[in-house]
Amino acid sequence: MKIAVLSGKGGTGKTLVSVNLASVAEKASYVDCDVEEPNGHLFFKPMIEHVESVKVKIPKINNEKCTGCRKCVDFCRFNALAYVNHSVKVFEDVCHSCGGCMLVCPENAITESDKPIGRIERGISEKVQVHTGILNMGEASGVPIVKQLLKNDTREDELVIIDAPPGSACIVMESIKDADYCVLVAEPTIFGTQNLSMVHELVELFEIPFGVVLNKCLDEDNPAESYCNDHKINIIGKINYSQDLAVLSSRGEIVSRIDPQYQTIFKLILEHIVEEVGYATTSRT
Amino acid sequence: MRILIPVDEQVKDTDVCMSFGRAPYYLIYNTEDSTYEFIKNIAAASPGGAGIQAAQIVVDSQAQVLLTPRCGKNAADIILGANMKVYKTLNPSVQYNIKAFLDGQLNPLTEIHPGYHNHGGN
Repeated sequence: MKIAVLSGKGGTGKTLVSVNLASVAEKASYVDCDVEEPNGHLFFKPMIEHVESVKVKIPKINNEKCTGCRKCVDFCRFNALAYVNHSVKVFEDVCHSCGGCMLVCPENAITESDKPIGRIERGISEKVQVHTGILNMGEASGVPIVKQLLKNDTREDELVIIDAPPGSACIVMESIKDADYCVLVAEPTIFGTQNLSMVHELVELFEIPFGVVLNKCLDEDNPAESYCNDHKINIIGKINYSQDLAVLSSRGEIVSRIDPQYQTIFKLILEHIVEEVGYATTSRT
Repeated sequence: MRILIPVDEQVKDTDVCMSFGRAPYYLIYNTEDSTYEFIKNIAAASPGGAGIQAAQIVVDSQAQVLLTPRCGKNAADIILGANMKVYKTLNPSVQYNIKAFLDGQLNPLTEIHPGYHNHGGN
């Protein structure tokens, strides 16, 4: 079962929720898809067992074969190619690795070469397999890293918690597209609610079952909760605003491993999801 | 000599456009016969890599000189790679800057910005 944890904005508690959901499970994989700033490993402090490089394909031009027809330059919708001084210039940062230029070249003057854009670190922390995607600084897109992170390295019966990047852009879609359930983490502000509405729209579009965890709850009106009630969205958990929790988190502690109160909160959330997904699977068949 | 300037409109008294890559038009002044011509910048509507596509149009226009308030790194790679000279405009007036350039009053553009590309979207 794959559970993706997402939120419209950063800092709402995606990592708090996903790290703790993985920690209260019998056995789980935690996959950090927030490749621009992965921070789940700061909590798990995994023993790294394996590091692999993530590479993308970049066109390489054979100038001896190139006749300057410019078919590749005209084809590239990302404008990653230009024809200057009788040769094709490749702008690697703009290239989306689609391979189209290679296909349209009538002279077979284009081949592909590998360009590393980041890495994946795999390790273990107690009963949790920790997979961290790391995008090299300055690279434009982490989507290839997310693809490699989520590529069939997990078995069907295994519990996988996906810590998605913030927002609702391509990289978030890539992170959640095969998820069985999405947890939307929201904070009690108007801004947070606006961002919740964006990811809500996204998961509706993907037709993935979902529920909301309200984080940083205070004893006052919660616009995110009102939004959930107005839209008949299932609230699957509430975490109160707490200085102790903030202090523990800032020390890199996994709260459910040290505080029974949080262990219960996250266990209940996980049980709820497992039950709901189980039900969804049965009702579908 | 052909002098190219990013501009807002297709008239010779138009203003210099603040953006190189997303300027709607390029004006070319030909010093040989004092004529003006305009090229539509199809890169202006491009979702990404506008500077690269615009620089390709500029290089293909056979101009030898570019007068612009600023220029991004990718575009500069192409323009300088094609041995065009790039000078920094002093104010929005096209006519003022052409005259200033011909009088040797313009300085080469030295600050090349890294680009104003939107992040994360892809």
